[in-house]
Amino acid sequence: MDAIDRLIINQLQSDFPICEAPYQVVAERLGLTEANLIERLQALLANGTLTRFGPLYHAERMGGALTLAAVKVPPERFAEVTAIINAFPEVAHNYARSHELNMWFVLATESLAQQQNTITVIEQQTGLRVYNMPKLNEYFVGLKLEA
Amino acid sequence: MFSLDETDLAIMRATQSGLPLTPRPYQTIAEQLGLSAEDVMSRMINMQEQGVIRRIGVVPNHYKLGYRFNGMTVWNIPDEVIDELGEKVGQLDFVSHCYHRPRHLPEWPYNLFAMVHGKSQAAVDQQIKVMSELLGAYNQGHEVLYSTEILKKTGFRSGG
Repeated sequence: MDAIDRLIINQLQSDFPICEAPYQVVAERLGLTEANLIERLQALLANGTLTRFGPLYHAERMGGALTLAAVKVPPERFAEVTAIINAFPEVAHNYARSHELNMWFVLATESLAQQQNTITVIEQQTGLRVYNMPKLNEYFVGLKLEA
Repeated sequence: MFSLDETDLAIMRATQSGLPLTPRPYQTIAEQLGLSAEDVMSRMINMQEQGVIRRIGVVPNHYKLGYRFNGMTVWNIPDEVIDELGEKVGQLDFVSHCYHRPRHLPEWPYNLFAMVHGKSQAAVDQQIKVMSELLGAYNQGHEVLYSTEILKKTGFRSGG
């Protein structure tokens, strides 16, 4: 990653334009050529520096429901419970975390009713209580990571 | 609630894994869907204005940028002041997500969640110190949960 890659990452975390030739517009702003900007983005995606490039959609505003949920998994059951929970297509992310509540996952469903239903089924299949922590208020969501 | 029609949903499905890296990306999407580029652009501008599209840009991999220490900080804050303090915490430049979530008493007393990112443990410790000072006496207890393993990460991205 060189100075140009860093410039692209820092300048393109939001506000990519919606217009006929957006790469051209951004390239001019950054002092690059359109072809060079596209090549750089391709390379940064290919080597995993960027996980994604494009629009980020807001699930709740599309009628869907998102929540964060946690379970206390006994250490000897960790692999088994991971397999059960990961098998649900509604589970978008799942992280092991350093706490007694040691498994944290994000559920993305098309409705609140479906969210509740998925939680009930996970509880039945794992025999563990699911601590549901849907957001009550959002104060900030964004990425301000400097490359 | 903003209601999306079938065409909006088709645009969403065509772009949620990424924008085409072609000189005219909206034209490329339009051709895939049998629409005009103008229609794709005006619908995406509308979705952006309605907040259905949060932002359009790059999503960096934290780890690849050297941010190897990603902590979920959780705080027990009195309900009367959580909105005021949540806004302040959300404005800190090292916080990427900040939410009010429900407690589960007695085991889980925490109601303010803030994700922080640092290139070293010392950097994250310093961030937590800044947050503790900001919250002062309103902080009735906190913990930091570090991710120890990614068990699943799908292409689904909401930015939320």
